[in-house]
Amino acid sequence: MTAEPTAEDTDLAEYVLRLGDDALVLCQRLCALVTRAPTIEEDLALANIALDLLGHARTLLAYSGTLDGTGRGEDELAYHRTERQFRSALLMELVPGDFAVTIARQLVYAHYSRLLWSALEKSSDATLAAFGARASREVEYHQMHADQWTVRLGRGTAESRRRMQAGLDLVWPYAAELFERDALVDRLDAAGTAVAPARLREEWEREVAAVLDEARLTLPKPAWQATGGRDGLHTEAFAPLFAEFRSVRLQYPGGTW
Amino acid sequence: MCAGIERPRSDLFICEGTATAAVLDEGVVDGVEQLNAHFEALLAAGEQIEPRDWMPDGYRRMLVRQVSQHAHSEIIGMQPEGSWLTRAPSLHRKASLLAKVQDEAGHGLYLYSAAETLGVSRADLLDALHSGHQRYAATFNHPALTWADTGAIAWLTDGAAVVNQAPLCHTSYGPYARAMRRVCQEEAFHVRQGYDVLWSLCQGTPEQKEMAQDAVNRWWLPAVALMFGPPDTVAGGADDRTAAMGAAVSQRSMAWGIKRHTNDELRQRFVDNVVPQAERMGVTLPDPAIRWNEERGHYDFSPIDWQLFRGALGDGSQCARQRLAHRVAAHEDGAWVREAVDAYAAQLADGELESVELDDEGRRVS
Repeated sequence: MTAEPTAEDTDLAEYVLRLGDDALVLCQRLCALVTRAPTIEEDLALANIALDLLGHARTLLAYSGTLDGTGRGEDELAYHRTERQFRSALLMELVPGDFAVTIARQLVYAHYSRLLWSALEKSSDATLAAFGARASREVEYHQMHADQWTVRLGRGTAESRRRMQAGLDLVWPYAAELFERDALVDRLDAAGTAVAPARLREEWEREVAAVLDEARLTLPKPAWQATGGRDGLHTEAFAPLFAEFRSVRLQYPGGTW
Repeated sequence: MCAGIERPRSDLFICEGTATAAVLDEGVVDGVEQLNAHFEALLAAGEQIEPRDWMPDGYRRMLVRQVSQHAHSEIIGMQPEGSWLTRAPSLHRKASLLAKVQDEAGHGLYLYSAAETLGVSRADLLDALHSGHQRYAATFNHPALTWADTGAIAWLTDGAAVVNQAPLCHTSYGPYARAMRRVCQEEAFHVRQGYDVLWSLCQGTPEQKEMAQDAVNRWWLPAVALMFGPPDTVAGGADDRTAAMGAAVSQRSMAWGIKRHTNDELRQRFVDNVVPQAERMGVTLPDPAIRWNEERGHYDFSPIDWQLFRGALGDGSQCARQRLAHRVAAHEDGAWVREAVDAYAAQLADGELESVELDDEGRRVS
């Protein structure tokens, strides 16, 4: 429907799709926790964070759809792809456990995304730069929320400490995927449009280590690292998540919402 | 402020039964009768009652009951819509629904805070909810079976709530009135959102329109019957005896300026609002008796008699049990988290923990 996209736009579309899918899938996991939180304040906070993530996903998916030349909108991309076409990191789809697992995942993602969005403020792509400026402010709150909970649970009771450490140990093998490098991000990084996440890793490790130190928790040393999400190779948890996500829309083909 | 009326204050405003033992500002008044006279004078002057004002036990009891029931309804009311957050059929609708459920949590918090000014604790109120000693709007004991239910709940249930709550923005108890002003603004927005969800479905495929009509069919009675309470007038469907009882409760509440209208007056106002909206949308409200009554200047509708009311309650239904079980499970699953919060706060208070400062990047400031 539009002119053939340039090679760089095709790259950028794929990159933006990865980031949008991360936000969308994590939002979906948080949505399922609303009404199940330990306090009403937390129900509110989780809904609030999910809403921010959804805003990020909508902007990024819509932008990806304009870059790739297909003109697909946010809903077309969110609801009408196949499981294998999703580019989210496996961390996002990890099946929720107790509140400590929720916080451990938020800790990993909030620090990563704040660093990433801040770095993207300097992107040569004006749309991404504007997005980075807005989103980095929003995730500052997500980071504060995750940090404070990590410390409270780490230093609260023996049980909360045990659970928080177990949550970290469960989630940590999924962190490395966020920082993976491949030819695509290297090209975009060299062009100044995007940031190779590997460049953020050291800073991310310093930040989370400081939080874990304050929480008197141990930085996990995972024996393995998850990978595959950027190629659409997900865990078995993804298909049920996606089936639920689009169940209404699929039942009413041609519907308007 | 109303000049000329002295405000005797109770320094003990903790719970029922303290009125006669109230410690009063020295020399102001010396008897409950006089206290009550001052209280009535404040009401008569249109003043709001504030937490430190003396108030009759019955007034306090009625408010605790009403405000906490209202708070519980917000919290339980998150469930039927919250269960559709993961299935919203567009990202725009998902965002609206997230914002709405988040608002409901916020309303619950304002209202629990208002209740706490009456000398009860949120933890105790939640225990009373969980043990079934306090109630929430029975409307939410009905299941939300399809996506269209999220629209019908917001349009009809929240629409009924707005009619109920608008007068409460001027209720006589200050903290409750202030909470309600914030709640009402947001509720009015929810009603429009709900209408918009159904409107879009009605503009869609025949199957979508059918889903919208089905949801309206199922949510009409819970809204019109349960959101306003039982009939409290003969005209509204009560028999003489129950009307007299209902009217007595309503009148007591109205005399204290807590309520401003009877249940049946508010119910009529709701029906008058909703019928033209349903016509515009193209859905049929499932009450064949609905028609414009020129003489009364209102829409007629089937009276909500006690039999109908009881039938709509859904007490003890599978869904009612599930709502409470869901709430109790969330609370119990979170017990270890709340214990950790308390333990950490106690450690901080005892100065056991050295406070570690982090800089903007989360690094430890040494």
